Amino acid sequence: MSPMQLFIEYSIVGIAAGGIYALIALGIIVIFKASHTFNFAMGEMMMLSAYFFYAATVTFTLGPVVGMIVAMVGSILVALVIERVAIRPMLGRPFIAIVMVTFGIGSIIRGVVGMVWGPNEMNIPAILSRSPVMLGDIFVPGKTARAFAIAVVIVVGLIAYLRFSRAGVALRAAAESAVTAYSMGINVRNVVAFSWIIAAITGCISGVLMANVNTLTPHLGMIALNVLSVVILGGMASIGGVLVAGFIIGWLEAITGLFLPSEFREITPYVLVLIILLVKPTGLFGGKEVERI
Amino acid sequence: MSSTVDNSAMTITKASPLTANRLWLLIFIVALAAMPLMLPGYWIFFAGLLGINIIATHGLNIMMGYTGLLSLGHAAFVGVGAYTVAILQGRYGMPFWVTIPTAGILATVIGIAFGLPSLRIRGLYLVIATLAAQFILHFVFVNWESVTNGDVGLSVAPAVVFGIALNDETSIYYLILFFVVVSTIFARNVIHSRVGRAFIAIRERDLTAQVIGVEIVWYKLLAFGLGSFYAGIAGALLAYFNRFVNPEQFGLLLSVFFLSAVIVGGMGSILGAILGAAFVTLLPEFLRETSLLIGSSLGFDLATILTPLRETIFGLIMVAFLILEPRGLAQLWTRTRRKLLRERA
Repeated sequence: MSPMQLFIEYSIVGIAAGGIYALIALGIIVIFKASHTFNFAMGEMMMLSAYFFYAATVTFTLGPVVGMIVAMVGSILVALVIERVAIRPMLGRPFIAIVMVTFGIGSIIRGVVGMVWGPNEMNIPAILSRSPVMLGDIFVPGKTARAFAIAVVIVVGLIAYLRFSRAGVALRAAAESAVTAYSMGINVRNVVAFSWIIAAITGCISGVLMANVNTLTPHLGMIALNVLSVVILGGMASIGGVLVAGFIIGWLEAITGLFLPSEFREITPYVLVLIILLVKPTGLFGGKEVERI
Repeated sequence: MSSTVDNSAMTITKASPLTANRLWLLIFIVALAAMPLMLPGYWIFFAGLLGINIIATHGLNIMMGYTGLLSLGHAAFVGVGAYTVAILQGRYGMPFWVTIPTAGILATVIGIAFGLPSLRIRGLYLVIATLAAQFILHFVFVNWESVTNGDVGLSVAPAVVFGIALNDETSIYYLILFFVVVSTIFARNVIHSRVGRAFIAIRERDLTAQVIGVEIVWYKLLAFGLGSFYAGIAGALLAYFNRFVNPEQFGLLLSVFFLSAVIVGGMGSILGAILGAAFVTLLPEFLRETSLLIGSSLGFDLATILTPLRETIFGLIMVAFLILEPRGLAQLWTRTRRKLLRERA
């Protein structure tokens, strides 16, 4: 294979992984926009939904469609409980206190999953076909290609929904100023709960897709920490920016694997984050969220 | 809805001029020094570990509790200190009075290098930069094999103090105790000085602090550097304590461990850092003992779920304290003492 072909193949796989990154990042950003809460438990919410899917399809031998519904409902319920029990009482408290709460929640979910399902790798029933997709004479692994397609369709759909629906307008109004939105008759509490539901949905889909492409372990959620670089690159509160940023980060990660020993891949997102913070902390599409002092 | 803002709550405890308090402190320190004469080695081992955790928690408390700079990379800076000792001593045979300060300084330099870009920006960015530091430094510990010996790790010879090799838990305990006392007094004095007041001003209202003449960036840098310095010292002692350094010790889990120590103890309290460190050091041990006890009485092995159980409980106490008692054990302690005093009067 020519080096050029290898480069293109790596690039495609990387960009494909970026699709799922964008999906996860969207869940983080929607909550951030609605309530200025940065959800460090996103990865764990995603991992937990994949385990719900596992329980429904393997333990209770339901079909993948019912399994997906069970996972989705479970994921949304968990998100609403988190919002009601742990996040709402923290309203008005310092920013870092809320970040630490979400961090603690992540730790709880990881621990509970570890106790219930154990630390070993598990396989969920394949919902994505393995047969590779050929683009010309370039080979794209089947699961990666299909996961990418699903992720992008959902990300684009959600972006459009948030752009044009009433709920999306309410979300943007709350992001602009919670007090003004409230005085205009928008129920800001519901907007926050709504944002957690959106995050639960993106988390559930990305979790099941990730568990399909890789295997399922309690550490599946760690991927969400890599996604932080997507959020920063896109610009903290830019819903539209996630897709582009996701592709860029996914691509750079794959390219790093091509030029450097593969272990460097795992720190690529973090090195990128530091570079972005140094060069352009607003990200590509962000704006007023960065306050210099 | 308990929307009390943490800020108003976290005031400085007044420096006590009472000589009675000083006397109690002295008695307490003497008791700590005499401890190895009375307790078995197993407990002295824990006392040593606790001392190291107290120093690291003081560092994180200065950053997070007093200045409001959340760090998710504290464990990695502890690791920098530990590796500095292992390398300087193992390769160049340097004595402890060179290695320990160097460990502190190196941790400070590396900490500031990571913190510098984001200290100028408000909000989440420092959190993410420290998280990046955690992963990147851990990666360096694992992959820079020619220096760190990779996953296998490095062994550390005992520290030699005044010609005595500190090769058992009792002798190293005294070295740790010395550093705990010095670092606690130093932290207390910093907090009660102009610098400490600047830290608190930044935590409370950074813009107001700037307006009244506090150089925010400079003081943030100072707090971050000081916290990393404490982490480096704690790491150096940990290397001499375990006599062994490997990357596994300095994962994200340890960062969460220090984070919960500060939260449980009470952010912005010197006493809180000590209580919090004690709580999180002894909790895993308590969990291990009780789960073994329950497990053996029920006839099955609970040891396998011990790690996830610990993760769950750490998460739970973090969330519970943040929501219900944001000023932590230190506040509970003050309240109980006040009540007792009132009853006596």
